[in-house]
Amino acid sequence: RGVAAPPPARTMIPTRVTHNPIIGPGVVPMGVDPAYDAQYAKHGAPTRHVASHGNGRPFVVEPATPNTNTQMPYVTGTTVLGMKYKGGVMIACDTLASYGSTKRYKSIDRVKVVNSTTIIGFTGELSDFDYTMTLLNELSTTDFCEDDGKELSPMEIHSYLTRVMYNRRNKFDPLWNSLVVAGVKNGRIFLGMVGMIGQHYEDSHIAAGFGNHVARPLFREKHSDDMSEEDARTLMESCLKACVMRDKSMMNKFQIAKVEEGKAPEISEPFSVATEWNLRSYHNPTEFAPGCW
Amino acid sequence: ANRAILPARSSRPMASYGVPPALGVAPEMMEEISTGTTIMACQYDGGVVLGADSRTSTGTYVANRASDKITQVTDNVWMCRSGSAADTQNVCAYVKNLVEEHNMQRRGDEDPGMADVKLVATITQQLAYRNKDKLSAGMIIGGWDRKLGAQVYGIPLGGSMQRVPFTVGGSGSAYIYGWCDNTWRENMSRADAEAWVARAISLAIARDASSGGVVRLVTIHDKGSSRTMLEPRHQSLCESELPVIPRG
Repeated sequence: RGVAAPPPARTMIPTRVTHNPIIGPGVVPMGVDPAYDAQYAKHGAPTRHVASHGNGRPFVVEPATPNTNTQMPYVTGTTVLGMKYKGGVMIACDTLASYGSTKRYKSIDRVKVVNSTTIIGFTGELSDFDYTMTLLNELSTTDFCEDDGKELSPMEIHSYLTRVMYNRRNKFDPLWNSLVVAGVKNGRIFLGMVGMIGQHYEDSHIAAGFGNHVARPLFREKHSDDMSEEDARTLMESCLKACVMRDKSMMNKFQIAKVEEGKAPEISEPFSVATEWNLRSYHNPTEFAPGCW
Repeated sequence: ANRAILPARSSRPMASYGVPPALGVAPEMMEEISTGTTIMACQYDGGVVLGADSRTSTGTYVANRASDKITQVTDNVWMCRSGSAADTQNVCAYVKNLVEEHNMQRRGDEDPGMADVKLVATITQQLAYRNKDKLSAGMIIGGWDRKLGAQVYGIPLGGSMQRVPFTVGGSGSAYIYGWCDNTWRENMSRADAEAWVARAISLAIARDASSGGVVRLVTIHDKGSSRTMLEPRHQSLCESELPVIPRG
């Protein structure tokens, strides 16, 4: 006499776990995803310490999975700046990917649209960002397939990325990026950053990369949450100018992406900022200082 | 220590040519922390043209965006400096002093202010060679004198000296060897030579992050020398770049 099978669940249709076990851990209840369960069938690890509802599985690192240790970035993007303004949020960055000291790829998009309410920009390793975009695209696709009109909000995407980055860091296999997430949903303007060790915060203005040193003081002095869009754009351009003057791996070709409530995210065409070089002392630096260099 | 000075790239176990270093490590561990430069010199019909970029970087930070890497040694001889800024400045100071002393003894009042280009180059070479384990300095000497006319001498790391029709140096030089070899012509006119040097340096700046800013040119001929500065908007535009807007 066996125990009767439990009645079929009549709650939500269980979604297949989409993320790769490498980035885990998902605490996936047993029986939801047979393929996922099969991977852990042979692990006899004690489970008493795991999740209060008792249905979770401990996360275990698969020894056979490919090792993608990123301990050194190769193709990198530099500064990303973000700031809130009245009614929206904008992110700015240049279009350069450097290979060490070489300015290798000069027309890449370092800021991308995630869904209709969120944009994301990156600094650090280009390949790791492409991988992150794959994960985000999977999430967006899942949302689309649900066909219920609901999308992930900027805050949820920020939170998801925090978990991803932190868990990768815990396995000594970080995604070598600082990600700037921005968006507007239901009147809530969001701007936040996630770093490669899982450090994350939300603020009215964000700078990742070299902009931390160069642009942040300018933001602190001039930024306010209720700036008009023109003022915000002017401030952003002056920060970009400061960054490109003083960061050697930056080029004078930028894109600004903005999100406002109810409108689709826009990414501008590449533009450059005006710079001053015709200073008297630049022509002959040691003119009045013989013996100097 | 009798450690031979090798180019920065090959002296460290992890970095080989073409593999970029890790970012986010201390500046001492980074390549090219102060060799970031493009310098060059070429001989034309009647003189020499020296060119250089104007960027001094420490790590990623651009410490000086308008530095002057072409230094006057005598009225008719100028020197392009690449490598450690401190090393080249001090070598140049020694060279100026030693050349002046030498000329006081040997030439007396003949052509004051002038010096044989080969003399300047040889003195520089001796300093570079005898201190090769301490210095990180790559220099190019260019000038005009009555005995041998227009001359360019390259004195790279290690302290060898070579008279050449043209030469390039610094981290940015790697990107333009092919272009220079392909487009070089003997006995160009002065205008052609200046345009050629300016174009070469612009091409290096386009790809080398450690080079940038303005392009400085110095032209030396039998009547004297003159210097110019080319702002970014007057430099030739390269692939994937946008036209430079002057601040108005």
